[in-house]
Amino acid sequence: MKILTLAMQVPDSRAALKISPGGKSLETRDLKLICNPFDEFAVEQAVQLKEQRSDVEEIVVATIGAEKPNQAIRTALAMGADRGIQLCDDIFSGQDEILLAEALAAAIRLQETTFDLILCGKQAIDTDSGEFGPALAEFLDLPHVGAVVKLDISEDGTSLRAHRRIEGAEEIVECPLPALITCEKGLIEPRYPSLPNLMKAKKKPLQILAASDLPEPGCLTPGLQLLELTPPAPRPPCTFIEGPPEKMARELVKRLRDEAKVI
Amino acid sequence: MSANILIFIEQRSGRIVPASRQIFAVAQELSLKTGGKIHAVIAGEGIGNLTDEITPLQPDSIHVADHPELRFYRAQPYAQALCAAIKTSEAQTILFATTSLSRDLAPRLAARLKAAIATDCLEVSTENGELRIRRPMYCAKCVGTFSLATDRVQILTIRPNAYPTPVPQAGTSATIQSLDVAFSDHDLALKVVDVVSTSEGVRDVTEADIIVSGGRSLQSKENFSMLYEMAETLGAAVGASRAAVDAGFQPPSRQVGLTGKIVSPRLYLAFGIDGAIQHLAGMRGSKVIVAINTKAEAPIFSVATYGCVADLFTLAPLLTEEFRNLNGSN
Repeated sequence: MKILTLAMQVPDSRAALKISPGGKSLETRDLKLICNPFDEFAVEQAVQLKEQRSDVEEIVVATIGAEKPNQAIRTALAMGADRGIQLCDDIFSGQDEILLAEALAAAIRLQETTFDLILCGKQAIDTDSGEFGPALAEFLDLPHVGAVVKLDISEDGTSLRAHRRIEGAEEIVECPLPALITCEKGLIEPRYPSLPNLMKAKKKPLQILAASDLPEPGCLTPGLQLLELTPPAPRPPCTFIEGPPEKMARELVKRLRDEAKVI
Repeated sequence: MSANILIFIEQRSGRIVPASRQIFAVAQELSLKTGGKIHAVIAGEGIGNLTDEITPLQPDSIHVADHPELRFYRAQPYAQALCAAIKTSEAQTILFATTSLSRDLAPRLAARLKAAIATDCLEVSTENGELRIRRPMYCAKCVGTFSLATDRVQILTIRPNAYPTPVPQAGTSATIQSLDVAFSDHDLALKVVDVVSTSEGVRDVTEADIIVSGGRSLQSKENFSMLYEMAETLGAAVGASRAAVDAGFQPPSRQVGLTGKIVSPRLYLAFGIDGAIQHLAGMRGSKVIVAINTKAEAPIFSVATYGCVADLFTLAPLLTEEFRNLNGSN
């Protein structure tokens, strides 16, 4: 069995963000970049499958973006992926995940390897769109299971059974391989890559591709154009309710009913 | 290309998801500007009678994909049904409510149609014939304004509660069309074996108008019963911070925040939640936020509408009592 996992580089969720003058991008100086946390679930799942099963031959990690140094792929290789594919080009700096998925699907088709299982995060925490996984599955003409919180691969490696989280319930689905899975929080806890493994990761094979290496780069036209990034609308200042607890409770409920009119 | 609009009406077990009705507000706004007709599509098994609930929202026509293979949502057969509806309605703009289903289906459909897509939109407008949207990004630390390419189908998913449901009109009619859908074996490769409820009889946070949410300060799973009692009085859902979920006080399905669920209820009550960036990302879209915390400097107060610097163990039962009195007097 051959597994492909995705690992996208995103700004650290704890980082304070500064919008560049002109309002079309973020200030990248001093911005800490990390591997998308949902993609870490995907990489961990792949590595654990390799540790638990005798039939996993290879884990390949792929990433796409405009920046050359890539923290996500380094993390994935240090966690246990065997080799990397990095699709790197200025045209991949945008927010259109359909375009990114189409380009990556083209890069995957160029590989001599065919993958039995593709694992990616449910969403990247920069765009928060979650478009990438389902779109990649469509471009590769594979079935996909989204928002997976439990995954079992059959003993013979030909099918999977997964629990996916929906509103107020979990759906249990079965699907033949090859298939694509998007990983939700709760699936697995990712390991921290050790320092020696981070050093070893630097020696693992990494294939770097540009858009011009793809068969039809001219077809990649974005459907979305970013016009402006703005800070979220400020919320009205907080009204503090004072007094002893009984009075506080009465006053708060009164305000919710008469002033805010929400109860 | 026509300016027609197609609304995906989501149903689960024969019940229309409320957020699906809200997107008629978006469709009506767009239709006023472009003159496009409003079509609706509903998919499932044995769902023909649901059209009666959709007609008062005034679509010009309703397309019904009623088929045994559509009983449970699955991306590929549903994408097939949607493609059939898009073809018949000649729609250029497809609208979904942001739900777990549309997060799964809309991108797959976008890839199939090479469409432009924007998910979880807070605001939709038109400018010089272009569709413009605003959506949260970077853990809700920014809002991005985007224009969508006009040379292709445009797919939008709309944040629940971003738009109010239009008032249903009596005595309206719509053309009902049944869609011919056929599936290949490939479309049906994935099977839904079972659907197991995780709600334990309480509403899911993404579907509730009011959420009562607790943090690690609740100290135990048992103490959450205090919040459940309040939630019951209010008809609310119970949510939790990541810290409370990681501590095992609540299941992950209740987590509000970046790695949990994004919510935008009418009222969000936060008990003992300090307000990490990841949590704020998940709930700052709520209309009214109440924060109860002993630490006056907790970041949660920066997004709160009302704040109580108080001990939650004292205040929560008193509040439940007040809410109960209110119900009694109504």
